[in-house]
Amino acid sequence: MLPILIKGLTLLAGGRAVLDDFTAEIATRGITAIIGPNGAGKSTLLRALDGLVRPGRGTIAFGPGGRSPAPRRAFVFQKTALIRASVVRNVALAVEAEPISAAERAARVAAALERVGLAARAQDAARRLSGGEQQRVAFARAWARRPDLLLLDEPTASLDPAATEEIERLVVALRDAGTKILLVSHNLGQVARLAEDAVVLASGKVAEHGPVDRILKHPASEAARAYLKGELPWMSFAGVS
Amino acid sequence: MLETFAEAARLLLVLDPAVAGIATMSLRVSVAASAIGCAIGIPVGALVAIARFPGRAVVVVVLNALMGLPAVVVGLVVYLALSRSGPLGHLGLLFTPGAMIVAQTVLVTPLVAALTRQIVEDADGELGEQLRAMGLSTLQRARTLVFDVRFSLAVAVLAAFGRAIAEVGAVLVVGGNIAGHTRTMTTAISLETQKGDLPLALALGFVLLAIVIVVNAAAAALRSHAARRYG
Ligand SMILES: Nc1ncnc2c1ncn2[C@@H]1O[C@H](COP(=O)(O)OP(=O)(O)O)[C@@H](O)[C@H]1O
Ligand SMILES: [Mg+2]
Repeated sequence: MLPILIKGLTLLAGGRAVLDDFTAEIATRGITAIIGPNGAGKSTLLRALDGLVRPGRGTIAFGPGGRSPAPRRAFVFQKTALIRASVVRNVALAVEAEPISAAERAARVAAALERVGLAARAQDAARRLSGGEQQRVAFARAWARRPDLLLLDEPTASLDPAATEEIERLVVALRDAGTKILLVSHNLGQVARLAEDAVVLASGKVAEHGPVDRILKHPASEAARAYLKGELPWMSFAGVS
Repeated sequence: MLETFAEAARLLLVLDPAVAGIATMSLRVSVAASAIGCAIGIPVGALVAIARFPGRAVVVVVLNALMGLPAVVVGLVVYLALSRSGPLGHLGLLFTPGAMIVAQTVLVTPLVAALTRQIVEDADGELGEQLRAMGLSTLQRARTLVFDVRFSLAVAVLAAFGRAIAEVGAVLVVGGNIAGHTRTMTTAISLETQKGDLPLALALGFVLLAIVIVVNAAAAALRSHAARRYG
């Protein structure tokens, strides 16, 4: 399914261009970080990639020459939507639409719960879980969907360091299973730890796209420099040089 | 005055057959109407909440307006439909318990649908996008959201039952308040009060009040149980 070819993506909302002729070719395997200031259009970009919003203009295509079928996708949001039911029932929603047998569904859900360390909590009320555990429910859902492309929208933004570390381990495990991951994060330490390359988004456009190390150390664009200057103090906390 | 109360209390204590019969008829009619109203109103409300179709805004306005239908007008319309020359006259339902069930169903179905629409739409705002991201179809999302808000919906259902059991206009017009046949608590209370049989009216009033209080207490208990259990 690589590369991901995004061409001229334009999306108007509230009288302005949230995505403004966004063009990028994402060819690296592993994790690609999407960074940029609040309101830059990062969430909207992920939504468009998942088909949750329809851009007014532009195309999204996959594979060499853009001829591959759309990949299997999963999306983890900053705050996970949970229904008033048990953990296992919440995870089962992720495979409800899959054309597989009930037995296979149950097996996938059980494996996913095992994978994220929630097997023992399967029968607990999902909305009673801690924030970190709720995000693990989100990753169990993603895992159960067996995605080729995983979209992560600030998945650890509201978590403490220990829970963040747990989630990062799951992200790495999914990557190692061969899933292409797009990660939106303001945690530049996390970006440095996990991502191969980074796309810097500003005002709905690509300001810069390249290897993470280079962008974090030597941003070429004014937009990237301005954003990193604001966020860098965070990075030194995270122990990144 | 005191005698009236004493006699009313006696009727209740000895489980007077007239009181019991009338109360049972009321319950039968209103429970049946509420059940049918939910079977129709919940799916309709849920689909209107999440489906996008032309004219949806109009449907929402109409549903909300129907929610406040005057009972006596519903009675009149159902009367016309069920009367011998009406479109449903051949059913021979007029002045039967069946007619009262039909009238109360017409009364509470829009109420259930409108409340469901509001409750499910709020839940959809919170969960809808993530359910779509998991590939769920409109029908699957509707089902999931209805399940999620089931405790709030139960409260709506009890509200509908409360409206049905307490209304007088619709059942009076289509049922005719025939003794031993279509007499309900509300029609009996208004009739017996006029006739001067105050103890019977008062006894029925107590039963009706008790039912309304129990229903409301049940709604409150359900709500707090749900909040404790599921957050
Ligand atoms: N449906 C919408 N209607 C109006 N404004 C929107 C809509 N979606 C996004 N926006 C606006 O577009 C901008 C970018 O949003 P978003 O993609 O969430 O940015 P980011 O995730 O980078 O912070 C924000 O200013 C947001 O308010
Ligand atoms: Mg965002």
